[in-house]
Amino acid sequence: MATGQRDLEGAIAVTRFGLGARAGEIGEAVRDPRGWLKAQVRREGAEPFSTNGEGSTQRLIEFRDYRRQRAMAEQAGSPPADGSGRKDDPVMKARQFVRDNTTGDILGRVQVAAQTPAGFRERWALFWANHFTVSAVKLQVAGLVGPFENEAIRPRIFGRFIDLLGAAETHPAMLLYLDQAQSVGPNSRAAQFQRRRGTREGGGPARGLNENLAREILELHTVGVDGGYTQADVTEFARALTGLSIAGPRDAGVEGVVFRAQTHEPGARTVMGVLYGDGGKEQASAILADLAARPQTARFVCTKIARHFVADDPPPALVARLERAWLSTDGDLARVAEALIDAPEAWEPFPAKLKTPYEFLVSSYRALGGEPRGIGQVAGVLGGLGQRPFGAPSPKGWPDEAAPWAASDALVKRMQFAQQIAAVAGPLVQDPSALATLTLGARLGQASRIAIARAESRAEAVALLLMTPEFQRR
Amino acid sequence: MTGPRLHRRAFAAGLSLPFLARVADAAVPANRKFVVIVCRGGMDGLSVAPPIGDPDYEGLRRALALGDAALKLDSTFALHPVLPTIHRLAQAGQARIAPAVASPDRARSHFEAQDVLETGAPGVYATTSGWLNRAVSAMGKVEAISVGPTAPLILRGPATAGSWSPGRALDAEARLPGLLQDLYKQDPLLGPALARGLQTETLARDTGAAMSAAGGMRGQTVPGREAARAMGEALAGFLKAPNGPQVAAVSLDGFDTHANQAPLLAVRLASLDALVDGLHAGLGPVWRDTVVLAVTEFGRTARMNGTGGTDHGTGSTALIMGGALKAGGIVGDWPTLKRQALFEDRDVYPALDLRALEKGLLAEHLGLERRALDSLVFPESASVRPLTGLV
Repeated sequence: MATGQRDLEGAIAVTRFGLGARAGEIGEAVRDPRGWLKAQVRREGAEPFSTNGEGSTQRLIEFRDYRRQRAMAEQAGSPPADGSGRKDDPVMKARQFVRDNTTGDILGRVQVAAQTPAGFRERWALFWANHFTVSAVKLQVAGLVGPFENEAIRPRIFGRFIDLLGAAETHPAMLLYLDQAQSVGPNSRAAQFQRRRGTREGGGPARGLNENLAREILELHTVGVDGGYTQADVTEFARALTGLSIAGPRDAGVEGVVFRAQTHEPGARTVMGVLYGDGGKEQASAILADLAARPQTARFVCTKIARHFVADDPPPALVARLERAWLSTDGDLARVAEALIDAPEAWEPFPAKLKTPYEFLVSSYRALGGEPRGIGQVAGVLGGLGQRPFGAPSPKGWPDEAAPWAASDALVKRMQFAQQIAAVAGPLVQDPSALATLTLGARLGQASRIAIARAESRAEAVALLLMTPEFQRR
Repeated sequence: MTGPRLHRRAFAAGLSLPFLARVADAAVPANRKFVVIVCRGGMDGLSVAPPIGDPDYEGLRRALALGDAALKLDSTFALHPVLPTIHRLAQAGQARIAPAVASPDRARSHFEAQDVLETGAPGVYATTSGWLNRAVSAMGKVEAISVGPTAPLILRGPATAGSWSPGRALDAEARLPGLLQDLYKQDPLLGPALARGLQTETLARDTGAAMSAAGGMRGQTVPGREAARAMGEALAGFLKAPNGPQVAAVSLDGFDTHANQAPLLAVRLASLDALVDGLHAGLGPVWRDTVVLAVTEFGRTARMNGTGGTDHGTGSTALIMGGALKAGGIVGDWPTLKRQALFEDRDVYPALDLRALEKGLLAEHLGLERRALDSLVFPESASVRPLTGLV
């Protein structure tokens, strides 16, 4: 391979497949761009980020304690916590505790992304976390988003899709985010008992089916909206999922996910033409396994992978290549990742992808060789750019196309962030032109090189570097 | 002459334009303002404007039924108790409800339905530009703006629309904006976007005070009541500025209420009401020339579900507001909640095509001609007649 070509591919490996270059990374990758990427593919998945050592079980207990305190406070007649309470109010403290956990998780996640030498592996993990979005828009889920990613996603990103799917859909964060925890089979023993007794204890309405999780598994996580399912399939799948819930105060000695046979809808189910015999939790597992194996799932997810890594409108040849790898290995995600690395379409010189705000932030820290030290350095800029961390607005996750992120206001805000970070870090950069080469390698174009060299200050040069079209794209 | 340019733009949007004539009335008064609020997640029409006089309402809604606290509109309908501004406007003949509207999409998928809602196409993923953007294209020299950090699909497309969200003021001394505009000359995405963003910043500086007030909403997808009001005031500041935009789009998120709906929805509707309040107050005399339309991708099930919420449905309620509106009753028919009247024994029947309402407002308020509405703005929609008598 010609040196020029390999220089370019080294830069592409680090900036397009990875999360942007730290000093020296492009130099390493240039020796063998594909080998550099493949070395990051490993069965044990991506490294977890710090969550103060707490997992989802601990977070569930904490949230339950918060709820209990709130209920007690309400019974005692004190006004509900609405942000106006005193700082030493136990309810306010508990609520703040939940929030602090979340901000700690967010910071830990950005720090791993800013520092990891395995940028491709980290990007692959971020892709799957977004595919299986859970969002802190519900306070109850906020403390679980980080543990969800560490427990369900990161260990399985280079395993088989069915295992990743199973872990994601049955994690407490997903069960709460998509309302599965409350769903009850209308003809289950629990519902029948309730009907015989009239109303539910405490006078609340009778409980029943919630089809949110079933629908989003079909539409967003497996076969996709054109996958050939109907409203009847959604409802049938929702019935099969009943029983899957979260332990409550009455489930003494049990924490986390539980299967309650008494709330499971009895009977056989038919989903997308396949009959599933009467059963317990294995009914839903069998449906998930069949969905994972469907060719529509391979098509839908491989299209998303190609779109994330290569182009908003991905080349059909690339999608076909990924699909072949998926179908011939039963959804082995390590093989799919390698097929992506080997695909010639993925190395197209033109950087078709605009970085999302998160990618822009992370790659800026990587270029400057630092990491954010406080949530304030992360939450403000990402919120202002429309990508509030852990706060995806819907189960579809963050968009992966340029158009929503290229709002004119967002460009101005990216520029202001570049100015801000360059004002602090820029003066310490001895040679901005050298930094530009370290950051973009052979992708750095002539116009940008000249503009950076002509800057009137180091801060201005660094801000320019972060705002060049080459840095904004990948 | 706008013809050839328009043709190129339409072509770029992937739409055919079978004529080259003027598509908008030359006499579109420059003072007419049009704001679309996109309520994402499937807003529950039966809670926005509960049909408390409909004999089947309470039985279907059970614990979610709104009773005496609802703000009465007529013998059938009321408004949710947290919508006092909109109720006041309705009493003054400046707000109306369309209680059974839907886009042509029936898939009950948020993402498909939002796509159809915003593109104005008859089917899903047919085009990548929004109907409001193409309406702006058809009108010629008209400015448009979206409020919020990301660009909503409804306003993406051939006409360059601005966007704005609260933030710090630009450093007026810095050379960086100029240097970047040079660097972006060859970039078809970044170049126009940055140029437009800098223009909007200048306008924001000139319109002044309301801007700083909106600082509280930074990055929130569900702004609180105060932030929403400030957002409305800020938008009003843009709309009434000399040479300011005539058309605007705002998104509000979080209307997907599968469980524990009552308190969650009340918070979001209160923000919607506050946004309208901010717009109304901020626009002052310009309110007279304004129409505000609040729409959602679909309504929710007529029955409460098993978890104190509602699932994805079909017909929902649109709110039409503004001083330019003609007074009147509900817009479109009310199919009732009788069991046999429900769509698929589940949802509010979609009695009115949302495009008929949108076309009617674009025709009467902004002067768009029927031919443009039928093909360019809402492709393949000739059979959907614009509603008349709204403005």
